[in-house]
Amino acid sequence: MLARRNPQLNSHGELIHLLSIEGLPKAVLTQILDTAGTFLAVNDRDVKKVPLLRGKSVFNLFFENSTRTRTTFEIAAKRLSADVINLDIARSSTAKGESLLDTIANLSAMHADMFVVRHAESGAPYLIAQHVAPHVHVVNAGDGRHAHPTQALLDMYTIRHFKRDFTQLTVAIVGDIVHSRVARSDIHALATLGVPEIRAVGPKTLVPGDLAAMGVRVCNDMAEGLKDADVVIMLRLQNERMNGALLPSAGEYFKRYGLTAEKLALARPDAIVMHPGPINRGVEIESAVADGTHSVILPQVTFGIAVRMAVMSTIAGNSAR
Amino acid sequence: MKILIHGGRVVDPASGHDGLADIAIAAERIVTIAPPGTLRDFDPERRIDATGLVVAPGLVDLAARLREPGQEHEGMLESELAAAAAGGVTSLVCPPDTDPVLDEPGLVEMLKFRARKISRCRLFPLGALTRGLRGEALTEMAELTESGCIGFAQADVPVRDTQVLYRALQYASTLGLTVWLRPHDAFLGSGVAAQGAMATRLGLSGVPVMAETVALHTLFELVRVTGARVHLCRLSSAAGVALVRAAKAEGLPVTADVSINSLHLTDVDIGYFNADMRLTPPLRQGADRAALRAGLADGTIDALVSDHNPVADDMKALPFGEAEPGATGLELLLGLALRWGQDAGLTLPQTLARVTLNPAQVLGGALQSLAASAGRIVEGGVADLCLFDPDAAWAVEPAALASQGKHTPFAFAATGMALTGRVHATLVAGTLAYQAPAATPPAA
Repeated sequence: MLARRNPQLNSHGELIHLLSIEGLPKAVLTQILDTAGTFLAVNDRDVKKVPLLRGKSVFNLFFENSTRTRTTFEIAAKRLSADVINLDIARSSTAKGESLLDTIANLSAMHADMFVVRHAESGAPYLIAQHVAPHVHVVNAGDGRHAHPTQALLDMYTIRHFKRDFTQLTVAIVGDIVHSRVARSDIHALATLGVPEIRAVGPKTLVPGDLAAMGVRVCNDMAEGLKDADVVIMLRLQNERMNGALLPSAGEYFKRYGLTAEKLALARPDAIVMHPGPINRGVEIESAVADGTHSVILPQVTFGIAVRMAVMSTIAGNSAR
Repeated sequence: MKILIHGGRVVDPASGHDGLADIAIAAERIVTIAPPGTLRDFDPERRIDATGLVVAPGLVDLAARLREPGQEHEGMLESELAAAAAGGVTSLVCPPDTDPVLDEPGLVEMLKFRARKISRCRLFPLGALTRGLRGEALTEMAELTESGCIGFAQADVPVRDTQVLYRALQYASTLGLTVWLRPHDAFLGSGVAAQGAMATRLGLSGVPVMAETVALHTLFELVRVTGARVHLCRLSSAAGVALVRAAKAEGLPVTADVSINSLHLTDVDIGYFNADMRLTPPLRQGADRAALRAGLADGTIDALVSDHNPVADDMKALPFGEAEPGATGLELLLGLALRWGQDAGLTLPQTLARVTLNPAQVLGGALQSLAASAGRIVEGGVADLCLFDPDAAWAVEPAALASQGKHTPFAFAATGMALTGRVHATLVAGTLAYQAPAATPPAA
């Protein structure tokens, strides 16, 4: 039967799976960020390895294509000395003929200790977490539109690194919020860490008014959204959204909501510009901004490895009970 | 067989009768209803002691999928009709979305024949409104009616082409047939959960309320033009209830029902992607549930239905959006009706009317010879009865259900919610279709 308590915490409130940022206390988030800080030093050493996951098998289970996220998880796991097995299933479980849970059961029989899961359906990692053996841990590497918690944590790490204090910030998230798991996880993380103003910026087809239920200020006007922002998070616009009933064209989108140096001037002079990658130059962001002095897009990638190391070592150290 | 049911509290919503009485049954019919102990001349072959029990009309369920023909692995006619009997349901309406679709008289006749052989519950199939439910060409409605269809429906497959829908209503109205439609816009309604804060947070694609209201506006306009009689299946929203209330006030020939799921649950119950809450229509918000409950109480919504749909384990052990919608319900209909009635402060006859008399009236003339007595307890009428203990509280344990569908949002382990009203016996045409195992202690 389904657990009524948050399935990613054990009875001591410790993290055993990372499925979503929602519902996690601030202390859990800051502890992961602090741990990530210690791993950053490891990544600068000649021998970039610590033995925390030695002898453990981490399965990267990607039901949806992603080179970048999978690679950063792979690097993170290897730097923790784990054995990493990559599985690109890249088709939905049903289309492949084998059910998702059958796949999990088979891999569990190969003595997996951790599953890093990306799936096109919201909630799929929850289903997996409910069916794995108690010693197996699950990390959500992105599920449908629901959550991408490690991306949110690396975004929080980046913001903390450059801005120190969350409690005075205005953060603008720009783009396709309604279909974005990154935006959802970022919003929960920012709110938990005490950010007083979180703005969701974009046209009504991508940023409908009911998003306000998540505790954000909905701004359908780009200038209003960027005004005096300390942090600007640009989201990738998926190709399939560009020419349809949501948006007429990439060109028109760029004109209204693409981040240019001119629009960025509305934000605070020391604003940072973030992007979960991969970026669409000339669609959501112009090259001058992506490569400019405000951009922290590449540090995000570096921090991402340390944050994923912190997540994996944290949950592996907590037992299910 | 001659049967005497004695000592029970006989409740008949049609006449308003609510008091102790004995009932004599012979040749499938109720012969006499008399004060307790007065039927001394009647010599029954079998006596049923109904002391402490309510004797009610058998339940009439306007929406139950039996998944036969075509999906026998999910629920077979035999098990599902046994589930109906165990739930006190003596008449049920099944939608045409079987495999093959019920769009040919031969299929309907076969289904009716199989149900008669099992003889646990009366079966009233809905025929497909369009061939293969494809929304393109009309079925042979007159022929299908002769073979036993009591109305025409699209199940959960909306007719996308308004011109086809218009013609279908026009044609049905020519023949005086009722069209059963779930108000649902195909394009707006493609999501997997009700639009709202919960779906937004969980990242589930949302079905907006306007998927229902846009469809209702279209339907009402078509009803005005064609005069067709339409039964609206499984309303889900407060705005939908308001539109139906206005349509009835205007005098349009429409009736409506709501499912036990929408009457008791909201989208918050989805929790952490619980696939047992994947339902069609999707569970909406608290204000919608409140309006549905009020609509059922004030008569805007005529009937409460189980929306029974047995789903195999494999089809629920999937991510929420991929899981098959549906839940078992036949055995929960009475308990959930009584629970709603208690909450709404209704009398027992008023509550029972929503699952007996009122749905029988929705069926109306389509019941033919049964029309005068289905959903009622009346001398000379058919002896379709449900005997239940109104005070017995019980916990829903999915494994103990007679249905092959073990998935229900109301499992006690998940909700901690107890139901009241336990069926002790069900009679269909004067024959015992179900009798509870002896001495079942009521579960706390």
